Amino acid sequence: MTAPLIELRDVSKSFGGVRALAGVSFAIGRGEIHCLAGENGSGKSTLIKIIAGVHRPDAGTLRIDGRAVATLDPITAIGHGVQVIYQDFSLFPALTVAENLALPSEVRARRRLVSWSGVRKLARAALARLGVAIDLAATVETLTTAERQLVAIARALMSAPRLLIMDEPTTALTGREVARLFAIVRDIQAQGIAVLFVSHKLREMLEISERITVLRNGAVAAAGAADGFDEVALTRAMTGQDFAAQSYRWMPHAGRAARLELRGLALPGVLAPIDTTVEAGEIVGITGLLGSGRTDLALTLFGMRPHYHGEIRIDGTPVALRSVAAAINAGLAYVPEDRLTEGLFLTQSIHRNLLATSYDAMTRHFFIDFARARAAADAMMAEMQITTRNGDLPVAALSGGNQQRVLIGRWLMGKARILILNGPTVGVDVGSKAGIHERIRELAREGDLAVLLISDDLPEIVQTCNRVLVMHRGRLVEECDAAALTDTALAEKLKALA
Amino acid sequence: MLKPIRRALAIDANLLQLVLLVLLIFALMTALVPDKFLRPYNLISITYIAPELGLLAIAMMVAMLTGGIDLSVIGIANLGGILAGLFFHAYGGTRGSGLAAMGALPVGAGIAIAVATGLVAGAANGLLISRLRITPILATLGSGQVFTGIALVLTGGPAIVGFPDGWTMIGNGAIAGVAVPLLVLLALAGAVALLLGRTAFGISLVLIGTNPKAAVFAGLRTRRALLLTYVLTGGLASVAGILLSGRTNAAKSDYGISYLLQAVLIAVLGGTDPAGGRGSVAGVIVALLALMLLASGMQLMRFSNFLVDAVWGVFLLASIALNAWRTRPR
Amino acid sequence: MSFLSLRRSETVIALVLIAAMVLIGLINPAFWSLSNLFSLARSNVIVGLMALGVLVVMISGGIDVSFPAFAVAAMYLTIQAMLAWDWHGVIGPFALASAIGLALGLVNAFFVSGLRMIPLIVTLGTAAAVRGALLGLVGTSQINIDRMPKELIAFGNTTLIDLAGPGGTHFGLSAMIVAYLLAAVLVHLFLTRTLLGRGVFALGSAAEAARRVGFNPTTIVFAVYGLAGALAGFAGLLHGSMIWLANPRDFVGVELDVIAAVVLGGASIFGGRGSVLGTMLGVFMLVMVSNSLILMHIATTWQRIVVGGIIITATTVTALRDRRQIAQ
Repeated sequence: MTAPLIELRDVSKSFGGVRALAGVSFAIGRGEIHCLAGENGSGKSTLIKIIAGVHRPDAGTLRIDGRAVATLDPITAIGHGVQVIYQDFSLFPALTVAENLALPSEVRARRRLVSWSGVRKLARAALARLGVAIDLAATVETLTTAERQLVAIARALMSAPRLLIMDEPTTALTGREVARLFAIVRDIQAQGIAVLFVSHKLREMLEISERITVLRNGAVAAAGAADGFDEVALTRAMTGQDFAAQSYRWMPHAGRAARLELRGLALPGVLAPIDTTVEAGEIVGITGLLGSGRTDLALTLFGMRPHYHGEIRIDGTPVALRSVAAAINAGLAYVPEDRLTEGLFLTQSIHRNLLATSYDAMTRHFFIDFARARAAADAMMAEMQITTRNGDLPVAALSGGNQQRVLIGRWLMGKARILILNGPTVGVDVGSKAGIHERIRELAREGDLAVLLISDDLPEIVQTCNRVLVMHRGRLVEECDAAALTDTALAEKLKALA
Repeated sequence: MLKPIRRALAIDANLLQLVLLVLLIFALMTALVPDKFLRPYNLISITYIAPELGLLAIAMMVAMLTGGIDLSVIGIANLGGILAGLFFHAYGGTRGSGLAAMGALPVGAGIAIAVATGLVAGAANGLLISRLRITPILATLGSGQVFTGIALVLTGGPAIVGFPDGWTMIGNGAIAGVAVPLLVLLALAGAVALLLGRTAFGISLVLIGTNPKAAVFAGLRTRRALLLTYVLTGGLASVAGILLSGRTNAAKSDYGISYLLQAVLIAVLGGTDPAGGRGSVAGVIVALLALMLLASGMQLMRFSNFLVDAVWGVFLLASIALNAWRTRPR
Repeated sequence: MSFLSLRRSETVIALVLIAAMVLIGLINPAFWSLSNLFSLARSNVIVGLMALGVLVVMISGGIDVSFPAFAVAAMYLTIQAMLAWDWHGVIGPFALASAIGLALGLVNAFFVSGLRMIPLIVTLGTAAAVRGALLGLVGTSQINIDRMPKELIAFGNTTLIDLAGPGGTHFGLSAMIVAYLLAAVLVHLFLTRTLLGRGVFALGSAAEAARRVGFNPTTIVFAVYGLAGALAGFAGLLHGSMIWLANPRDFVGVELDVIAAVVLGGASIFGGRGSVLGTMLGVFMLVMVSNSLILMHIATTWQRIVVGGIIITATTVTALRDRRQIAQ
């Protein structure tokens, strides 16, 4: 038996007294697809960074090809064939595809001058190796996320790696793009390159990997061949607890006007006329591939696409949602997709983040009634079960799950009647995820809210919602009862559309 | 029990440092030029000179709070003073008692003209920034040129000299022994502090400065807020222009150019984050005091005005270095 | 993508430029006279040299308002040194002026790179410090033609073509445009053909990614501000040679003209975008419009309004362009 490509034995690493890894042993074989799973803070990224030479372990040994490596820095790691594709792809938006591909190898070769014909040749070869066609002269900012990822992969492959580490590669991809990515990953494997996949999407891990290592609290919680795992076993290993999967039951009230009624709602060139109704207490899932128009639908309802056609009724009354202010006034609330850039005021306090939309309502005679505002924000922190009591802490100090609770809580402080959640658990740990789903259900059930839940996470949709809308190319193509649906069935429907 | 106190101390660590800086400069200058520095005349003259700069610095801080900057404040201040001056000369003649002894009503009209100039000019900036979404640096750099250019075209170059007595009262007078400019500064600083700290509008500016995109998704009316921000900075600049022309009895298109740097310096030294989201009126006022004491001491030590300018520049760089050191990753 | 595509900002500026030239020529045919065109070319030199430096800074994602102060300091110190040491020559003084500019530029780089501070604030500070120190410590009196080093005047007076005008006057095409064009070609080659130059684009486009790919941001920032300083120092002394005068209060407000020209040339203040050709067209446009005000029978007091208007128009157009590209 040959030595593994990279092997860590009893590796420990602390940052300022906080133990990130405690005696972790971990090995990747040549040409295998290995999945590194774990919640946020479990030590995944520390482990990657040790392999990439960014961090040096405090204790333990690191072997490459069976030989002990005393010190590893980023350059020697690359020399040993380790390439990392970070979540943001590390590309240059304003430069062309060709240059994005060629620059790193030119920098590594310590060149001083740029040969443009050389750049194009290198770039063409890199894309050919991946078997994809992308315009070399296009600037990266004009590419789709999936295309950018392909450029990043092609770039990583140019340095003849032996191990490709991909950090959460499917986060921004639609189902079809994930399938294409997986085909490419298998192709890379066929070239003898090992792939380390970092993820917390259970289904994907089981689909793509041959071996899985689960980290929890800086230690290996489980490791072994992927065949030996199922979703329940993985969840248990990641969180240390079990979660039951059951879909949401909703009891219609008789004789009330629908909370939200869309009659021929359309956006020229983006959304075809949509007719649907959502009742109070319902959680309606919306899913679809990239370009399905689901986010446009959400933004239209939130007043950010003022040129829509058709009619929107809330509780039976027609409303004009031509501005965000009008939408909020009509009772709409929207929690955006990207928590960090679109949702939170990171350096501001939890209280300010919660109160952001409510200061007007808390104003008496021109000035804010701070006593009332504090009391309301404290109450909301308790209601949303945010783990700290100190509302003056910056919201950046909270975990992803708690930050999401702050964003949802922000809208509950007002008079929201329709809550639109776009990817509410993206980047949230499995453990906190279940808690957030539970909160959403309680809100719909007891808070008299209509919830629209946009997500790629099909198990999340099936388990949290009572009804599912499937969108495709700006059309509402199917509407189904969640109770009669499994996530596999939903995945099949989406595949059929692609 | 101790929590509120600790919270107050934590928030004002920056302010505390500034107060220490003021005391340090005060002690240093007292030691270096003891006979002149502590003379009442010296300290009183500061209360006449500092307010116009203080208003410009508050304006700069407000713009920086939203993540912007207003480089047109000097142009606005001068244009306001010049338009008021032209009005006075048209109404009461260019010299003599008709001009000097002008009644309260025309003087009030002059004030209205200057302030309205500031508000309109600020609104123009605000529209460029909030509607056309031009970067504040370039928008106000360009508009500042236009405002100065209009002032230049209107006057042809030379200063407008001679303002009514009522107007120069605002720049040179005293009420109950306190300089009128100081009263104007304190009143406006108090109003801006209340606006920023206690109103929904003020907090929305901080939130917009922290994350403009999130502000849109939180339903804050960011465009309106940015527009009003620059209307406010324009208005503050025009009042500074009234104080400046009132104090010097003249208005010119290129007065107070070095005020721009000083306003930025005072805002930054006062704890304002030029990237947005952090800044306070109190910090600006203490920083103003520190630098006015420093400048006055240096002038007493017969430093040339140029050297004082150089020291302002060095101070700006030093305050950057200090901020960088204080917020360094630990 | 064709070279003449309307999506290239250079093409758009060139078309606007041609339209403006035709318009000014219609208002006053004297615009097309050789003497006017020659003087126009001459006026491009100083603004153009400074604009090249600002262009590189802007591509890296920064901004510089300190270069006029550096230019005037380099000019005044160099000429004072020549007078004090009875120093003659041309190459030596220009090397010294560039070195002074370079050193001051590196101070900017230290604050921007080492302390991660917003470039506008840093360069405002260095500009004030340098100008104040020059006037306060070195001197405030200008050096007139009678005391200016003869070699510099002779150098600044060199012409490529010398023609006799009506009434026995002479006018010529200043040879200084060769210095400008040479600098432009060098900066163009630096930006497009060297890895450091591509690093400037990379840093301005995505700083974190540039770091991961292996570029050294510190090196790039020092190179960028150093280059801008050196170009300013060179331009400063050249300016003195061309006007036969060294005035320590010179170049006040010139940063606005230069930044206007660079923005007009299609560079983005957010970094990652810009070209030497575009900048040269922007400089030409700006210089031509402000120099032609008299030809168009407009009082020169309008110049600031025109420059301000150009900044606002150019930034509006680029803001709209950037927004459209992001929307795609």
